[in-house]
Amino acid sequence: MLKAIMARALYIHWPFCLRRCPYCDFNSHVRQEVDIEHWKNTFFRELTFEQPHGEPLRSIFFGGGTPSLMPPALVGALLEEAERLYGFTSDIEITLEANPSSVEAGKFAALAAVGINRVSLGIQALNDADLRFLGRLHSAKDAQTALMIAQKCFNRVSIDLIYARPGQAQADWERELGRALQFGTDHLSLYQLTIEPGTRFATDVRRGAFTPLADDPAADLFALTRSMTAAAGRPAYEISNHAAPGQESRHNLAYWRYEDYLGIGPGAHGRRGGVATRRHKKPENWLAAVAEHGHGVAEQYVLGPSALASEALLMGLRLNEGIDLAALAHRFELRTGEMIDQRRLALHQSLGLVWQEGSRIGITEAGMPLLDALLGELVSDTLVAA
Amino acid sequence: MRFIRNFSIIAHIDHGKSTLADRLIQFTGGLTDREMSEQVLDNMDIERERGITIKAQTVRLSYTAKDGHTYQLNLMDTPGHVDFAYEVSRSLAACEGALLVVDAAQGVEAQTLANVYQSIEHDHEIVPVINKIDLPAAEPDKVRAEIEEVIGLDASNAVLTSAKSGIGIEDVLEAVVARIPPPTGTRDAPLKASLVDSWYDPYLGVVILVRVIDGVITKGLPVRFMQGGTQHLIDRVGAFTPKRIELPELGPGEIGFITAQIKEVEQARVGDTITTVKGGAADPLPGYKEVQPVVFCGLFPVDAADFEKLRESIAKLRLNDASFSFEMESSAALGFGFRCGFLGLLHLEIIQERLTREYDLDLITTAPSVVYRIQLRASRTDPAGELLLHNPADYPDPSRIETIEEPWIKAVIYTPDEYLGPILKLCQDRRGIQTDLTYVGGRAQVSYELPLNEVVFDFYDRLKSISRGYASFDYEQIGLREGDLVKMSILVNNEPVDALSLIVHRSVAEARGRGMCERLKDLIPRHLFKIPIQAAIGGKVIARETIAALRKDVTAKCYGGDITRKKKLLEKQKKGKARMREYGNVSIPQEAFIAALRMGEE
Repeated sequence: MLKAIMARALYIHWPFCLRRCPYCDFNSHVRQEVDIEHWKNTFFRELTFEQPHGEPLRSIFFGGGTPSLMPPALVGALLEEAERLYGFTSDIEITLEANPSSVEAGKFAALAAVGINRVSLGIQALNDADLRFLGRLHSAKDAQTALMIAQKCFNRVSIDLIYARPGQAQADWERELGRALQFGTDHLSLYQLTIEPGTRFATDVRRGAFTPLADDPAADLFALTRSMTAAAGRPAYEISNHAAPGQESRHNLAYWRYEDYLGIGPGAHGRRGGVATRRHKKPENWLAAVAEHGHGVAEQYVLGPSALASEALLMGLRLNEGIDLAALAHRFELRTGEMIDQRRLALHQSLGLVWQEGSRIGITEAGMPLLDALLGELVSDTLVAA
Repeated sequence: MRFIRNFSIIAHIDHGKSTLADRLIQFTGGLTDREMSEQVLDNMDIERERGITIKAQTVRLSYTAKDGHTYQLNLMDTPGHVDFAYEVSRSLAACEGALLVVDAAQGVEAQTLANVYQSIEHDHEIVPVINKIDLPAAEPDKVRAEIEEVIGLDASNAVLTSAKSGIGIEDVLEAVVARIPPPTGTRDAPLKASLVDSWYDPYLGVVILVRVIDGVITKGLPVRFMQGGTQHLIDRVGAFTPKRIELPELGPGEIGFITAQIKEVEQARVGDTITTVKGGAADPLPGYKEVQPVVFCGLFPVDAADFEKLRESIAKLRLNDASFSFEMESSAALGFGFRCGFLGLLHLEIIQERLTREYDLDLITTAPSVVYRIQLRASRTDPAGELLLHNPADYPDPSRIETIEEPWIKAVIYTPDEYLGPILKLCQDRRGIQTDLTYVGGRAQVSYELPLNEVVFDFYDRLKSISRGYASFDYEQIGLREGDLVKMSILVNNEPVDALSLIVHRSVAEARGRGMCERLKDLIPRHLFKIPIQAAIGGKVIARETIAALRKDVTAKCYGGDITRKKKLLEKQKKGKARMREYGNVSIPQEAFIAALRMGEE
């Protein structure tokens, strides 16, 4: 029997945006009108369907799309219903992703009032030219104003920036990140721009409209980012996430530590008791499915021990804290040798890319920018082939 | 015998040999139009796709000529490639004449020349046929002049045809009857039949194509193979029309097939003489020789688990083709496989392709090499001796080497003269010695003596590329010559990669080594550490490149919904790795083993 951890993390997906960003491959849609009442009732049915037994929630995350477009009353109603059905721990972390526009900043106080205690602001860049390139609707000034309001309304504020932009010089990023650190948020998500298939940027690159930053300068920016955030007291704890100690995103840690989580709303994924679920992506299909079946699950499958272990490894090794091999072996009833290629582990340890302390292994500073290649080496072949 | 005509068709690839053969069959009623839907003579998929003939085929046609007599015409389709030169010579020996088919637009090509000369050597009556005369670019007069100037044949009475449109087919048949002499032979003399070709048929066993010189072959006759020394009982006698028909006998001058419950083609060697067990001929027919493989390479299964399947497949192929050899080989990196010997490069490619296609095997092919003859000095433990080196991996201790000899060829290249300059340079770069150069019209014919090991890999590809496909090339072997040859090893991350080592002439070793290191630098993906690539002779490094370490390979964003996608990526990564071979912690893609040797623009 797999030792399933009760799901104590809930993800709610709000799929609507005013406009699609050219780099984004998340499940987002633009619609003229949204029937709020209908959506509320549909989310309620999903909450009821996923109701767990006993364990109260420790974290909720409103992601999207643009969840800051949700009316605060809807957010409040969902939180009330979730608390009624699941119960909350006293220190529950409730995060909402928000755009830093003036309209949305005007809702922050109301969102805080209904229970949001952490926001993640999609600032993305601190200059207007780059914001335009990234297809954002806000200006650098809007973002700063929104950030100030957010810092007044919420205990915890995180900001998102996208770097390693085409042609971005080291000195430019150094200055920009320096300013971002001065804003004083205790959490920063700093993502290297990735050209995802199917996005407008992918088409642009194919047509030669711009050339993504090459890997070598991108690697330099990655190292610079980690050293600057560490020096500023908000070191990386994951590939792209940086926080003051204790201020890590509890909800996202649940993913990386491969704890169970529930996901409701269009396209949301869940992992619970060794079962993976994925909901209908298209909003209309999801609404119809919930109306018909009481849930929006499009696909559900059991993950065997090998699949679970490989997922746990590829998520866990993103964290600075690494993984506890013995604990994972125990959890999935596998031998450690079945999970990790020991010969490769020794090789990459000798190259200084991997560390090992007791039963814990993790990726070193030098190894982090090479994580995907390292995963291909470290995760045992039998785990992936199986 | 007066009414028998045996002839072959000589043509360059694409000049319309198969189409003409088809028309002749159709005209004489060998097959109905419906049955003619596909070209009949090239049986194998590979033959049809590449437009080449690998096995000799023969068709017996019945033609009532304008003189009122009905003739038995035996049309022999011979292999068109130099790799099968010996088979060609046996096929030609079975005929009294040949049709020389030349494309009215393209003119004479080198391959045609070699076979024409062979045919002339056999005292054949050659009937020139200028084909594709209805093409807009057709210049029959120019081609006629070319045939006269280049080959020295009287082309004034060449037959003009378009096999595709069915023009001039009857003229060809009339020319065969009128101009090619009938065979000669004695019915009462002891049986002498030449073994022209043999192949394995799953229902009939080995089928043998024969040309009877003297005597008669009948069903139930006990026969002896004079060179092979075996005895067999004939159980079937017949011919192909092209449908297989059984006949009561084959008399002198006739071409047909026999079967004799033989299981392996090896027992029915091309060129052997068949006679009766009792009262047989005293001497065999001249011209028999055992064919020797000249090009060798290693074949390894990509998946080590396929080794047994490879062994079985090679053994099965060998049932049908006695001209290639194989022995087990093991390589540090490639595992277990076979060292195979071939008649030439085309033969190598054909076997490789048949293994992949017909037997569904994924193969790694090592660099082709030739056979070197090494004279060894005596050492404290071993006496002096001679070594035939098939595999660079078996290269002996250099201090024991007295001399090394390598096979040389005489190559004839035929090209529009505008490409002559770069072609001469190519031959020069490959240690060639020019022996002849003549111009005919806007074309040049150049002869070179070249070491086979300089040709064996990509010479033909390069020639085609620098002449935009216009140059044609043919060669024959002219024996072994001593050379200053050394073994060059390639070290990847300081470990020698046996499958990449090769024997080279000292004068080109450095350039070749530098080229290989440069190419490997592009072929081997970046790793998590930097990788030195070196070419070395003995302990001396002659070229070096370094592959820089990978700097960035990481997914920026990965949350709850991205796990599935990330896992698929990992699976893909693992699959890619499974197609590579590992040397000293470095994964080398399979295709690199051959691609590294491609010389590129020199």
